[in-house]
Amino acid sequence: MIPAAFEYERAESVDQAVQLLGEHEDAKLLAGGHSLLPLMRLRLARPSLLVDIDRLSDLEYVREAGDTIEIGALARMSDLATDQTLWKHCPLLAHVCGEVGDPQVRHRATIGGSVAHGDPASDPPTALLTLDAVLVVRGPSGERTVPAKSFFTSVFETDLGPQDVLTAVRVPKLASGTGWSYQKFHRRAIDWAIVGVAAVVERDDGHLKRAAVGLTNMGSTPLRASGVESALAGAEAAPQALAAAAEHAPEGTAPVSDTNASAEYRTELSKILVRRALEEALAR
Amino acid sequence: MLRHISLTVNGTRHDADVEPRQLLVYFIRETLGLTGTNVGCDTSTCGACTVLIDGRSVKSCTMLAVQADGRDITTIEGMARNGDLHPIQRAFHENHGLQCGYCTPGMIMAAASLIEENPQLSEESVRMGLEGNLCRCTGYQNIVKAILAAAEEIRSSARVSSR
Repeated sequence: MIPAAFEYERAESVDQAVQLLGEHEDAKLLAGGHSLLPLMRLRLARPSLLVDIDRLSDLEYVREAGDTIEIGALARMSDLATDQTLWKHCPLLAHVCGEVGDPQVRHRATIGGSVAHGDPASDPPTALLTLDAVLVVRGPSGERTVPAKSFFTSVFETDLGPQDVLTAVRVPKLASGTGWSYQKFHRRAIDWAIVGVAAVVERDDGHLKRAAVGLTNMGSTPLRASGVESALAGAEAAPQALAAAAEHAPEGTAPVSDTNASAEYRTELSKILVRRALEEALAR
Repeated sequence: MLRHISLTVNGTRHDADVEPRQLLVYFIRETLGLTGTNVGCDTSTCGACTVLIDGRSVKSCTMLAVQADGRDITTIEGMARNGDLHPIQRAFHENHGLQCGYCTPGMIMAAASLIEENPQLSEESVRMGLEGNLCRCTGYQNIVKAILAAAEEIRSSARVSSR
């Protein structure tokens, strides 16, 4: 399968990429290409121009900045999955990056590409939403930051404008002792999540001080399980309380039915995976 | 419009003008005539087209030839040296790590990257590391055995050469 013909430009800087994106109505950015090229081979995407930013190596980094970890948009999944700084301060994200695709895919796929693609079945966006990440975007009128909770707008739709380039992801460091889990349910190792659940919990004297729970593939965007989160506020860190809170998982979700599972199946699965995620997070 | 690229494949530099939409696997097979790299699923799933790019395993059906400009690529044809099979190739031969052989070049290239990243491979890490390579003959047992044997041989020869 060969993609439809397109023009190709390699950008030497983010500013040049922004400018090139403005020159064609349906130009697309190309980084690792592991979301875009499969769509182009199937001709579900037919951009007229690809602006290649794959080699902007100054966007390939992980660094500490006070209370946050900043990750360049071109950091590869394979590097993030083994990054010691990320494991120390944000193990949920490091773990999730290792759950994407397979080793060959992770060698190419970038965190920025995964986020900008806006696939509700993708794992890293859910992790970022759960972690209250902030996304850094450069466009024609300069740089802006967008909280993850307002970044994802619909299936493959994000807050990014046609000339915007996502340049970095900022994730708050987790306090030491914070529990975390990502439950990815799929049939084959390389598949997308049928449902995925991210959980981050902080304890205080046998009670939950803070709980953040995110859902993958339970709607048109990654979602926060706000019903679960409110049920957990101040709750006892005990199996019954966790199981009761997990029953709220489907609130506010709109899962689809597809070849992998029906909407009803996903609804039930979300409760079970939320319970497992909370149990694992508390055990850590 | 054609784009000029210059890249190294199995130690040999190649210059070519390519259409931007040409996928790397077709450049390797059709332009360079290196047909050891197979096209299997064409959907980034099966791993038959795996090659090494700057030492890391990549599915060459999911990369444009223009993106490989300036890179150092190794295909299955670049594994044997002076007529001697690479230790991974030898281990596949000795452990009967193939049935029909179609997935084998991709398996060997994926294994090369796995062993490079972690020579202390366990059976579980080999199986997890092969999640992106499908064997439709389901011959995984001997493939895993072969990769573990190759990792052991590469470890022990590294010990010898560091003495």
